[in-house]
Amino acid sequence: MDAVSPEEIRKHVRSYVVVFVTLLCLTLITVGVSYLHLARPAAIALALVIATAKAGLVAAFFMHLISEKRVIYGVLALTFAFFLLVLFLPSLTLFSNSGSLVG
Amino acid sequence: MSDTAIPYMVKPHPVTGLPNGKLGIWLFLASEVMLFGALFSSYVLLRTGAAHWPPIEPGEAAQLSSQILNVPLATLNTAVLITSSITMVMAWASLKLNSLPRFKLYLGATIVLALVFLVVKYFEYSHKFEQGHYPSHNNFYAIYFTLTGLHGLHIVGGILVNFYLLTFGSKLWKTDPEQFTNRIENAGLYWHFVDLVWIFLFPALYLL
Repeated sequence: MDAVSPEEIRKHVRSYVVVFVTLLCLTLITVGVSYLHLARPAAIALALVIATAKAGLVAAFFMHLISEKRVIYGVLALTFAFFLLVLFLPSLTLFSNSGSLVG
Repeated sequence: MSDTAIPYMVKPHPVTGLPNGKLGIWLFLASEVMLFGALFSSYVLLRTGAAHWPPIEPGEAAQLSSQILNVPLATLNTAVLITSSITMVMAWASLKLNSLPRFKLYLGATIVLALVFLVVKYFEYSHKFEQGHYPSHNNFYAIYFTLTGLHGLHIVGGILVNFYLLTFGSKLWKTDPEQFTNRIENAGLYWHFVDLVWIFLFPALYLL
């Protein structure tokens, strides 16, 4: 983050506190939802959405990505593309040539 | 030996617009994303390839991860790590506001919270070991111990770096406060990343 005035830093501090409380609330919601025993696909989707929202808040505010230089966005976009590749490519081995799921 | 200073330690590099240290830590974090990404990929592969997840023990009924692992302790640890993230960013903000004593208070709190996380994890691990559940027990425990163990090592690394910055490293504040503030921001980026990994580990391992 570039040089900023003390007043701006105090504004940042207020936003950190709001993010902190939001993160704690989202954690409680994640745990609460798990006790609803939703169908597994819905439970996984909901947990992923909440975790992504929490991660987004940490990255945007605590890691200052909300006001970062373009080169960092470029590095992260490339990293994210390869992350998705490494995450999902091996799962293709679960499918046989006929396209059905192998146990 | 030449005493030429390393360039762009404080001032932004004209090409990237960033001090070199900050670009360096982001590139390191990119490599960390791939390290944990490979292990998350293993988790997805093991999970989708299993008939039941977690695998059913011989002679026992099917159980959910939340019945096998300690959800209240993991929830506590999540809150501990989130709290340590705000204390870390407050340490950086304190330096921006020219207050070294407040910085030391917040960074000290970050270290203490990190130690609390490890102590809670120690109790979780010892309970599993008492039950005879080691990484070799089944695929669930293998990926659980691998992911949480690697994450725990990152916590230890963060504690060591933050301890250095709190003690010996803080002497830099007297000679070059701007560079020291940048160092704290970089250490914070690493620490928030460790928090971010746990945000995904917690539901993936304990709740789903």
